[in-house]
Amino acid sequence: MEIFGLPLQAFLGQLLLGLVNGSFYAMLSLGLAVIFGLLGIVNFAHGALYMVGAYVAWFSLEKFGLNYWVALVLAPLIVGAVGVVIERTLLRHLYRIDPIYGLLLTFGLALIAEGLFRREFGVSGQSYPVPELLQGSTDLGFMILPNYRAWVVFASLVVCLGTWFTIERTRLGATLRAGTENPNLVQAFGINVPLMVMLTYAAGAGLAALAGVLAAPVIQVNPLMGSNLIIIVFAVVVIGGMGSILGSILTGIGLGLIEGLTKVFYPEASSIVVFVIMAIVLMVRPAGLFGKEA
Amino acid sequence: MMFKKLVPAATIAAATVFGMVPAAQAQFSGDVIKIGFISDLSGLYADIDGPAGAEAIKMAIADFGGTVAGKKIEVLVADHQNKPDVAAAKAREWFDTQGLDMLIGGTNSGTALAAAKVAQEKKKPYLSVGAATSALTNEQCSPYTVHYAYDTTALAKGTGNAVVKAGGKSWYFLTADYAFGSQLQNDTTTVVKAAGGNVVGSVRHPLSASDFSSFLLQAQSSKAQILGLANAGGDTINSIKAANEFGITKTMKLAGLLMFINDVHSLGLKATQGMYLTDSWYWNRDAETRAWSRKFFEKFKRMPSSLQAADYSAALQYLNAVKAAGTDDADKVLAQMKKAKINDVYAKGGWIRDDGSMIHDMYLMQVKSPDKSVEPWDYYNIVETFKGEAAWTTKAESKCALWK
Repeated sequence: MEIFGLPLQAFLGQLLLGLVNGSFYAMLSLGLAVIFGLLGIVNFAHGALYMVGAYVAWFSLEKFGLNYWVALVLAPLIVGAVGVVIERTLLRHLYRIDPIYGLLLTFGLALIAEGLFRREFGVSGQSYPVPELLQGSTDLGFMILPNYRAWVVFASLVVCLGTWFTIERTRLGATLRAGTENPNLVQAFGINVPLMVMLTYAAGAGLAALAGVLAAPVIQVNPLMGSNLIIIVFAVVVIGGMGSILGSILTGIGLGLIEGLTKVFYPEASSIVVFVIMAIVLMVRPAGLFGKEA
Repeated sequence: MMFKKLVPAATIAAATVFGMVPAAQAQFSGDVIKIGFISDLSGLYADIDGPAGAEAIKMAIADFGGTVAGKKIEVLVADHQNKPDVAAAKAREWFDTQGLDMLIGGTNSGTALAAAKVAQEKKKPYLSVGAATSALTNEQCSPYTVHYAYDTTALAKGTGNAVVKAGGKSWYFLTADYAFGSQLQNDTTTVVKAAGGNVVGSVRHPLSASDFSSFLLQAQSSKAQILGLANAGGDTINSIKAANEFGITKTMKLAGLLMFINDVHSLGLKATQGMYLTDSWYWNRDAETRAWSRKFFEKFKRMPSSLQAADYSAALQYLNAVKAAGTDDADKVLAQMKKAKINDVYAKGGWIRDDGSMIHDMYLMQVKSPDKSVEPWDYYNIVETFKGEAAWTTKAESKCALWK
């Protein structure tokens, strides 16, 4: 059986690979969506935080012998702490002014972080081994899937759904959403809104770091890994609808699949297909597929 | 008429100015010798050339004591970000407003082809070190371009022949989608076919692709024996990493058509052992290269790539020629460079051919297994040395109008 002139098995294999990449897009765009939705900050430092997360994993293995599973917890905590510092010292001054300033500030931070890491580690990058438990691969019949990639899909789905559930379906999430709608009123109920905002940014940063650790064994850990990805992730968020959490998850996965198929049928276009879709979506639905019309 | 008055006035003024210039100074344009260096200083090729390449040029200037023929030597450095338009604009700006005497071109063939055009228009020497495309000395050859370190033809002849000889008859290419990738694929295809092999297909990936697994799976389903990697730098590294992960290396053999020692260092010997590669230089070749490389290592904590050694050599040989010719006049210096043999830590008995290729030995090397490597950066065995013109385009193959 053939689909678009491609044997069914190869087609399924490519879809699965698209799903793996889509999982990364989903996780990264999720953090962006949370930060934008609750803080109104377009966090251009997201790619850099993702890169730092991967480096924390590499560094803790190389220097302290801490394994992957420790890094999976440690990196989000460390990068989350970095997020706290960024929010407390820089971002908090920008909430009341034009969002463009937040964008410029975080973009600057990303360039600085990237430059420092490039100076220290070079651009060729460092190899991070696949953890022992997840080494090897499984023969699915239509393709050989490395176990680690399967784990990436699983982990990212759990994290995405967990975040969505927390924000949309729990009391904590309700408070968070209320805090962004009307901070003064929520404050009047005795809730510490600035603290809440700070922790939200930290959580977003932690999500980026977690994605970084997940990516470390798959691609070479290098200072440019964030900037290679961040533009696509932004496109995902824009297509999904700025600030829409479910939107960014679904769009992330969907675009991963579409990009994966483009790599087969017209590989030269695989780096722009996401942006073509973005342009079309913006023309038809300026608020994004899942965004609320303003 | 205003115009009628202006013309004679301008003529007199010009005559006065030029008439007053003493003969000795006319040999040099300005009081400094300016060498420009445009390369990828921050992107995926920054380790194989990049900032350390700029420093290698400065090492050559330091060897000259900072002056040549009594003139101070200056270096201008710029990052082209792998964009041909940026490279061309920077070159133009330097030639027009900075009085640049010579330009050394770093990595990225697209930027090199663009900058070479500007240098030809301005009639200034362009020493291309980092770019691989053989078009620089073929269809687009210029009397002002010297292709200094290596080209896609030499890479193809080296690795392509060796792999086919070792039994790798059927090939599939994973190709970076720009000037360099397609040129390398074409040149290798020619070599593979001439050696009795065949090419079953290819896939083009965007520069700095984030994920290679999809392309690799397509390659695997082609059932070819050899996967030719017609890409470079970070793209090659990530291709090899993913090929190992997806078990492609079990059914296909990888041939890195352009690999630098930094790539091998980054991936580790375990992932790269046994791979063939062709390069113009290896730091651990002999006592002289080792001595120079250790000096370099002290500065950068890594061994020099072939490109960084070639950056050094290109600057050194240009300055030698300026000294010997007693001028910075582009045509005279280039004539001097083409007359003299190149003998330094990079090349032995090198010479510049009419098509602009700097002819020197190339090396086919094989990556050592981890247990055979006795010290950090001890990565290669030299399998074969291609002497003199053996690795380069022949006159019969050449499409360069200057070499007919």
